[in-house]
Amino acid sequence: MSAPAPAPPLPDAGGHFGPYGGRYVPETLMHPLLELEAEYFRAQQDPDFQAELTYYLREFCGRPTPLYFAERLTRDLGGAKIYLKREDLLHTGAHKINNALGQVLLARRMGKTRIIAETGAGQHGVATATVAAMFGLRCVIYMGAVDCERQALNVYRMKLLGAEVVPVHAGQKTLKEAVNEAMRDWVTNVRTTHYILGTAYGAHPYPVMVRNFQRIIGDETRRQILEKEERLPDLLLACVGGGSNAIGLFYPFLEDSAVRMVGVEAGGEGILPGKHAARFHGGSLGVLQGTRSYLLQDEHGQIQLTHSVSAGLDYAAVGPEHAWLHDQGRVEYTYATDAEALEAFARLARLEGIIPALESAHAIAECLKRAPQMPRDALIVVNLSGRGDKDVAQAAAQLQLQMPI
Amino acid sequence: MNRIEARFQHLRARGQKGLIIYIGAGDPDLEATRQLALAFDRAGVDVLELGVPFSDPLADGLVNQLASQRGLAAGATPPRVLETVAAIRRDSQIPIVLYVYFNLLHRRGLGEFIADAARAGVDGLLVLDLPPEEADSYQALMREAGLCAIWLVAPTTPEERIARIARRASGFIYYVSREGVTGMQERVSDTIAAMTARIRAHTALPVAVGFGISNPDQARLVARHADAVVVGSAVVDRIARLGRAPDLVEQVAGFVQSLAAAVKGGEGGSGAGTAG
Repeated sequence: MSAPAPAPPLPDAGGHFGPYGGRYVPETLMHPLLELEAEYFRAQQDPDFQAELTYYLREFCGRPTPLYFAERLTRDLGGAKIYLKREDLLHTGAHKINNALGQVLLARRMGKTRIIAETGAGQHGVATATVAAMFGLRCVIYMGAVDCERQALNVYRMKLLGAEVVPVHAGQKTLKEAVNEAMRDWVTNVRTTHYILGTAYGAHPYPVMVRNFQRIIGDETRRQILEKEERLPDLLLACVGGGSNAIGLFYPFLEDSAVRMVGVEAGGEGILPGKHAARFHGGSLGVLQGTRSYLLQDEHGQIQLTHSVSAGLDYAAVGPEHAWLHDQGRVEYTYATDAEALEAFARLARLEGIIPALESAHAIAECLKRAPQMPRDALIVVNLSGRGDKDVAQAAAQLQLQMPI
Repeated sequence: MNRIEARFQHLRARGQKGLIIYIGAGDPDLEATRQLALAFDRAGVDVLELGVPFSDPLADGLVNQLASQRGLAAGATPPRVLETVAAIRRDSQIPIVLYVYFNLLHRRGLGEFIADAARAGVDGLLVLDLPPEEADSYQALMREAGLCAIWLVAPTTPEERIARIARRASGFIYYVSREGVTGMQERVSDTIAAMTARIRAHTALPVAVGFGISNPDQARLVARHADAVVVGSAVVDRIARLGRAPDLVEQVAGFVQSLAAAVKGGEGGSGAGTAG
């Protein structure tokens, strides 16, 4: 008996991860996406491009980020040994700049002079505004009006960096509407403009391109844990909005069957329509903003409202590669509620002196549940995808109600 | 024969240009949609393009986004839009194209949506965010149901894509005359003559031109190069401003009549002959 043929690499030529992904956009964007795809794959093979990316990641962004042993958290939970991948220590404060930098270098190769992006929590907007400033490119950031309010600090940061921030008032005024507006801008200015999509979502080649720009998180983690522990971790944890920090951590470990992986979605106020953003718990297959994946929709296919305390996870759809990994059973997807995330936020701050982003706090919340159930020689890596400075005002207001100090 | 094909055959035989009018279904309510459709038929409209409201209309400018919201608020779900088409069919044979975002088909099931549409009396679908690359099963189901699959060609569409799209198209080709979302503009694009000629090199189908045509003068200008002119936002904008005014249908139909006169009046001749 011959061994089964190896599975074909994903995504396929059309950007499909099994039944997910693809390219569902108006005709005006098709040619630009095909051009982007061709240029991206050329750049990926180009040693000069890779050298330039590596240079800026190291010198400008501060890579590699530490894989930090969270000693007091480990002791407090009394189970598995917990490491934190410190993407929060990157320049601008989150993993988003890995992708923004890669894409801005690509935009320059393509001769684009104007950069646009959507942002939810503002971290991707800040990262994009930063790299645009660094290369002297015009920059427009679309952000839901509700998010502008709850992430005001990041709005000021983007403005300081010279970006124009456009509040989006349509629909529920959060990330999904910001993406719609960015796509409308792109379709209108496509000859001069590159759209730096911030997560592993959207039409091909975005999901694969963003994953590849973010896989450095997992590549470093793998090297670092082998140095420190001389073995691979037992469990990887990451929060999942669109899913870029999670896929970045998970991807280099997918072939290691002993490494379990859990993606943590936003459970909001609980799994009721309009109260959460847990697409694998109440979502169904659909097509939104360029790709086919799990999304929150009503019986007719209208996209449902979402809620999360964390603006970066407050999104109705999830990246197509996550949908594929979910169906394969390779990655498990769970959720943390707003209350659990806030508790994790406060706990990490007090125990470790690290204030996590509310997004990342969802992954910490899952760690709080799992670590005590695991033996002391087990290893967990949590992706601390961003820092929580932006969330302090919001968290302070909420925590005072829920746990008076 | 499909009503769209029959209508264009008729226009071609008479050496006339066509007028396609877009409105959002359920704006301000579905009964108004029915009455507008019947009034458009009387006013000389050749094809009614009916937008099915969607929560995230990312190819649309503000005017049509707001129409979509009003449609959703009025309860214009896909089944109710199809009921309205069936109601129009009782009184009119005006060709009807649904302008729709793919998720609404996907959610119902492609086969089911297409069969429902055909049964209700729809003649064609224009799925905004479904490119030919993802459309194999869609195409087969559309052919089976006898519906025209209307495809867009954009200013950014290169030659080989035009050829590929033309091979799949039926009814007519819709040339989006500028990069951007739907909406009105001051002047019409100057690339229309060249692009319509390029499209005709690949197909004998009629070429309709739309996006941004807002008044009779522009419509007349575009009709020199196109087989049909599409006017959307300018009509939707009037509906928005009139709202539930008692003379809504009369007023909008009057505007549409002026567009029809501009498109059809005077200038005859085949589209191909005037394209250069």
